[in-house]
Amino acid sequence: MRAISYVRQFLEVVLAIAIAPLFTGWIAQCRAWLQNRSAPSLLQPYRMLRKLFFKDVALAQNASALFRATPYVLFGTMVLAAAIIPSLVTDLPLARVADSIALVGLFATARVFLSLAAMDIGTAFGTLGARREMMIGFLAEPALLMVLFNAFMLFGSTSLPSLVDGYRAHQSVVDPSVIFAAVAFVMVLLAENARIPIDNPSTHLELTMIHEAMLLEYSARHLALVEWASSLKLFNYACIGFALFLPWGIATHGADGGWPLLVAIAALLGKLVIAGAALALIESLSAKLRIFRAPEYLAMAFLLAVLGLLVHLLLGA
Amino acid sequence: MHHSELIAQLLKVLAAGLLLISFAMLASRRTQQLITLFAWQGAMLFVSTCLVAYSSGLTEMYYSAGLTLLLKVIALPWILHRLIHRLGAQWDSEQLVNVPTTMMAGLALVIFAFGLAQPITSMATTITRHTLGIALAVILLAFLMMITRRKAVTQVIGFLAMENGLFFAATSATYGMPMVIELGIALDLLVGVFILGIFFFQIREQFDSLDLSNLESLKED
Repeated sequence: MRAISYVRQFLEVVLAIAIAPLFTGWIAQCRAWLQNRSAPSLLQPYRMLRKLFFKDVALAQNASALFRATPYVLFGTMVLAAAIIPSLVTDLPLARVADSIALVGLFATARVFLSLAAMDIGTAFGTLGARREMMIGFLAEPALLMVLFNAFMLFGSTSLPSLVDGYRAHQSVVDPSVIFAAVAFVMVLLAENARIPIDNPSTHLELTMIHEAMLLEYSARHLALVEWASSLKLFNYACIGFALFLPWGIATHGADGGWPLLVAIAALLGKLVIAGAALALIESLSAKLRIFRAPEYLAMAFLLAVLGLLVHLLLGA
Repeated sequence: MHHSELIAQLLKVLAAGLLLISFAMLASRRTQQLITLFAWQGAMLFVSTCLVAYSSGLTEMYYSAGLTLLLKVIALPWILHRLIHRLGAQWDSEQLVNVPTTMMAGLALVIFAFGLAQPITSMATTITRHTLGIALAVILLAFLMMITRRKAVTQVIGFLAMENGLFFAATSATYGMPMVIELGIALDLLVGVFILGIFFFQIREQFDSLDLSNLESLKED
């Protein structure tokens, strides 16, 4: 019984690491279709990673140990986050270690390391990207926390797996506050993962870039790990969204055996396909905001999340 | 019993959607986007009125729901679209007072409206009584939108959104107003938009823009 839950935990993490680049590739493909371009193959991200892993690392002369350690820290935090988030099963031994507030902390750790590493070399672009990233981060984090609080109020727990369990037990219709929280969450997801209204993921040389500006000094296996970590981050955010708003199909406590797990995998893949297409659609429909509009955008996400809390408190649903 | 609970829950979700659209209107800059949002607000109002009619079994509610669909989802957005097209104002955007500040004010208004509705809610017996606070909030938010806007067309949309809120308040507090009054209001709205449309052309002819701050000074020079 105990052993099997560890096996499942392991399976979940391995699956997350394996299909995160696939999810990124799927979004890129959908975007290409929507823009009438011929799409890159779904396996393109894997080819990228393979190519990068076979190259030799070129390091700047004044790169410190921090710069070299950061890719591993990033990848490690994202893998740990994937272990905490119930994407397949809720009976996760590791999930008891950290609740979702600690999860937000994990994301913050990754952000701080990436920003410090970007400033480490001392190029103008890196510093610029790091500053912008911190600005977006400090605005997006409270909004994300508010979204999570919204869900905690519904089920009285700060741990994501027990949230999913609670949701499945209630089987209620959507609570009105969830609508606000969901909109706010999508806004935060777009901002945190360097997606279009805030940052353009398909650009490498523009003055407006944020995420890419921080990666300019990385090469070879370091770059591969950072890229992999950022696709894992997107995957993790998508899974948080599924756990909070669309928890159908996730194998709950006590659902043992192979069948619920197969259902969970199928449900996860289905949700990822739809979410990827939806993200691509949102990105294609919206224009990139000026950087000075970003605080406005994120303030709106925060206020929507607060509004969700208020509606829940005052409507007494 | 379970059935009516489901409807009550759905009504709450729709009410939350109305509030969400009100906030979106408060934050949106483009006139065309505002009209689309207004049409969506009307559509939500239509669905919620239909649900109330179904749960209360009042036939005349269906009529007022139909009127909402006809007027607020189809006719008025169409008229407004044509109007801004003819005014050449479809890509108009306006500088707002700092959006986060406006949203904060909106948030305060929502809390105020909920507080205001509390005593009425506790006395009402309708299935929709919980949504009265949201209806009041929608009215106040539309008010706020009218205050923060400077262009004529957007002010009219604010006015119409306020009427949406009033209609929703009437349905949630007392299952709607008498049919005669509702017909009267509908006609008033339609005629009002026509007259204001003529005003738009006059204002533009006088000042070469639809900015209402021009109207604040009585004389030129």
